[in-house]
Amino acid sequence: MYLVLAVLLLFLYDIGSKGAGTLSWEFLSQVPRRGMTEGGIFPALIGTFLVTIVTAVLAVPLGMFAAIYLNEYAKQTRLTRIIRLSIRNLSGVPSIVYGLFGVILFVNILKFGTSILSAGLTLGLLTLPWTITASEEALKTVPNSYREGALALGATKWQAIRTNVLPYAMPGMLTGTVLGLARAAGETAPIMFTGAAFYLPFLPRSLSDQFMALPYHLYVMATQHHSIAQVRPIAYGTALVLILLILLMNLSVVIIRYRMRRVKRE
Amino acid sequence: MSPEAKIEAKNLDFYYGNKKALKGINMIAPKNKVTALIGPSGCGKSTFIRTLNRMNDVIPGAKVDGQVIIDGVDIYSQRIDVVELRRRIGMVFQKPNPFPKSIFDNIAYGLRINGMKDRKKIEVIVEKSMKEAALWDEVKDRLRDNAFSLSGGQQQRLCIARSLAVEPEVILYDEPCSAIDPIATAKIEDLIQKQREKYTVVIVTHNMQQAARVSDYTAFLMLGELIEYGETPQIFTNPKNKLTEDYITGRFG
Repeated sequence: MYLVLAVLLLFLYDIGSKGAGTLSWEFLSQVPRRGMTEGGIFPALIGTFLVTIVTAVLAVPLGMFAAIYLNEYAKQTRLTRIIRLSIRNLSGVPSIVYGLFGVILFVNILKFGTSILSAGLTLGLLTLPWTITASEEALKTVPNSYREGALALGATKWQAIRTNVLPYAMPGMLTGTVLGLARAAGETAPIMFTGAAFYLPFLPRSLSDQFMALPYHLYVMATQHHSIAQVRPIAYGTALVLILLILLMNLSVVIIRYRMRRVKRE
Repeated sequence: MSPEAKIEAKNLDFYYGNKKALKGINMIAPKNKVTALIGPSGCGKSTFIRTLNRMNDVIPGAKVDGQVIIDGVDIYSQRIDVVELRRRIGMVFQKPNPFPKSIFDNIAYGLRINGMKDRKKIEVIVEKSMKEAALWDEVKDRLRDNAFSLSGGQQQRLCIARSLAVEPEVILYDEPCSAIDPIATAKIEDLIQKQREKYTVVIVTHNMQQAARVSDYTAFLMLGELIEYGETPQIFTNPKNKLTEDYITGRFG
């Protein structure tokens, strides 16, 4: 336990100390220059932001509705057990497999090309099992008496769920969802075949454009660049920004939970 | 003199999967009277009361045979709108189950889901329901507080007020006092006493004194069968069945 914590802190310290020097407003707001040996990571930041939005648009509503269906509507038969088991298993599939699947389905079959759309949808699929599982767990914690009490007053099933189950489950559902999105935002493998670009001096203009993304940029800077030693500070800076971004998303979860709980108490 | 039936069960069987929980129940709950259901644990009294507003529908594997007739209509027939039925047949549960909302919003809940938007009208009905449930004077200054801030007995009266707000015809009580203290119980019994003027009441209770105090008619169930049914004084002073006599004199159960 303490060992894990120590390793984590050491890791954060390493990245923090080496990346902090690179961090500046220019680093965040400028495009890479001179064969990516200078300049900033602005396109990658925007790319990650956009692709995460696409991911969220797919994974959040679909995940929540799937969870509502599974927990509130579906009869508990062998079929639903198999579906649930499959979802659990999908969350364990390596992300590179999602990447390949995304190439085949979104890039080739659906002809979305290598684009923000393809990459976002691929990450959406990756996130979906996490979203569904977390949302279902959150729904399970809602006491049955909230459902029965509402039904006994003449609520329809959906009314009972919407007004009396979801408000209670929502903090938990959002937590799982945002954690899933944060994980997706940090993934490299699923996006490198489906839309992430090595280097683009401009920002994507539509969902069908390629994009730069933080995790892929980091991968490039750390292993693929022609002079890795020279760009090491940029790589550390990128890593730090990525970690801070994900930390920020996780922090937002804590804030959402805190605020929703307070609203409920009032 | 036979009283006018509000609710009538005819040859009512109920199954949880393969287990038969109610066996051919035939009885009535007369209009504007309080009917008590007593019997040892597991006798089917809670199951029975939950068939009256089709609350058992939500249990997987549940199956009903026979009829429950309310106002001359079988509530298990195809034509019945369950949602509308449950609005007419209110229910108060064993454990107080306030929703995680304010006191006001709890009582307004049934009105709002039934489409009432007029704030003034809602306020009037909330106040009226809380007065009827003898809760108004105690909490009128903190309607915005969370319902969980109330005591157990107050929570149960809140649940009563909540079901009164949608103006039901029948109120079903499923052991309403089993989780609260004697003083709070006395208050709720007072309420039930008065409710027979406006409503038809059916109450499940473990407590035989409670049945004797509040009810006009009593049904004694055992192992899913109706053993005896009659006017409450007769059941308690002159039971016809040996099993009833043993139960009310405390020889078992």
